[in-house]
Amino acid sequence: MHIFEFIRPKDSAAAIAAAAQSKTAQQGADVRFMGGGTTLIDLMKLNVETPDRVLDINRLPLDKIEATPDGGLKIGATVRNSDLANHPKVQRDYLVLSQAILNGASAQIRNMATVGGNLLQRTRCMYFRDTAMPCNKREPGSGCPAITGSNRTLAILGASEHCIATNPSDMCVAMAVLEATIHIQGSKGSRAIPISDFHLLPGSTPNRETVLEPGDLITHVTLPRPIAGSKQVYLKLRDRASYEFALVSAAVVLTIASGNITRARIALGGVGTKPWRSPEAEAALTSKVANDATFRQGAEAALRGAKPQSENGFKIELAKRCLAYALHTAAVS
Amino acid sequence: MSDDDLKSRPPSPTRRKFLLTSGSSAAASLVAAYVPAFTKSAAGESDSPSTSAGPNIEGAVPITLRINGKDHKLQIDPRTTLLDCIRETVALTGTKKGCDHGQCGACTVHVNGRRVLSCLNLALMHDGEEITTVEGLGTPEAMHPMQASFLAWDAYQCGYCTSGQIMSAVALLKEPCGPDDAAVKELMSGNICRCGAYANIVDAIQQVRKRA
Repeated sequence: MHIFEFIRPKDSAAAIAAAAQSKTAQQGADVRFMGGGTTLIDLMKLNVETPDRVLDINRLPLDKIEATPDGGLKIGATVRNSDLANHPKVQRDYLVLSQAILNGASAQIRNMATVGGNLLQRTRCMYFRDTAMPCNKREPGSGCPAITGSNRTLAILGASEHCIATNPSDMCVAMAVLEATIHIQGSKGSRAIPISDFHLLPGSTPNRETVLEPGDLITHVTLPRPIAGSKQVYLKLRDRASYEFALVSAAVVLTIASGNITRARIALGGVGTKPWRSPEAEAALTSKVANDATFRQGAEAALRGAKPQSENGFKIELAKRCLAYALHTAAVS
Repeated sequence: MSDDDLKSRPPSPTRRKFLLTSGSSAAASLVAAYVPAFTKSAAGESDSPSTSAGPNIEGAVPITLRINGKDHKLQIDPRTTLLDCIRETVALTGTKKGCDHGQCGACTVHVNGRRVLSCLNLALMHDGEEITTVEGLGTPEAMHPMQASFLAWDAYQCGYCTSGQIMSAVALLKEPCGPDDAAVKELMSGNICRCGAYANIVDAIQQVRKRA
């Protein structure tokens, strides 16, 4: 592991000032915030991440879950995944988020992983994780061996000729359908970014994964007031029943009145280069009769733009069935 | 296996103690740089904090780790994981290194009463926190009920994953977990057993939960 200086900033301002000295907040950052460490320490051992300074933010006062005045929820950046998933208000009003988190990783990792860290979770693409291999995300311009190589688990939506790495997060898929807002404090002040704008498509710069700039500290996430009467489901399909990343997952928030879908929010995991909200599926479902034929049409719409790689074409039909079944499950719940 | 059988077993893990103490004299010169607190924490039984001025590790920083109720004042390389610090520096070798990448659960310990993977934590992150390893759960003479249950149900084969399994299982007792085997399996999925002792592990845990 690359040698680094370990610093525990006394407050957020000190953390931001120290992080602002980094050349980048993206791949290759020389200053990193440390949350649970479940991604970062793993990648530091692999020399994929080689920060010169590590800023431990675990003792900053960012670990609260609080109601907001407008009836929503404010979730601190260092709230542990397990605390969020098991919070009574999350289980009652944001069930899809609780289900998504509890379907991810293991109990130990959920006790460690933070909300802020999960927003920044890195891909599991084996080429990214192996410094002996080229990877445009890790070393821009070096190439993408996944496109002609082992790509069974990689993306079918949002990929480019430079990168087909999948975003592995479950939590972010649920936050996408809940229309979460990411709150960031930086050296130039604070700003709020809708989660749909927070992650970037790889395009020609797969090394840039988020809108974060040096010094930007995610302080908290807010969820809007829950949609009254909505039915929520997170369905995850994977190679083994637990402790595995998604081949495909679907997050669904559905409102049905008199047998008709009045509101649908859809996002997919395991298939996109970012947490994949699908406005196409939402449009195909809204104002339609809530039945299996409609659900299949919504699934067809969600995958219309999918582009398979050499080994992952099966994901297209799997994703359609996953989404259709998640919608069915929500409708009958 | 009856309780009498358990009591008739040897009173202490003599093989482990032999390796630790014989290693400390034979290999002291070789391992000193990596195990500054070796002698005191492994062989010493004093209640006072074990202290090490530390050999010359470049860039070493001071830390106090509270493990199983005892403070250890150490000098460590900032890169030291909690796992390596527990095993190599403090010489508590009950916690095992399996994959070292958060994929197997062998290194599970408790921090402030919650189970975590010590391989994906830096020791420096836990300055002043309460760390519990399998050595802190019970003794061969007075085992934790979960340790006794793993013995009684033969919930292991080679034993390498067992301390991690037990640390997870003890933490599970205080977590939201449904009553059925499926709920236990789901919450134990982060602990891999290559021997495949899963059925007995679930039985051992369920036995303790039923008695609680």
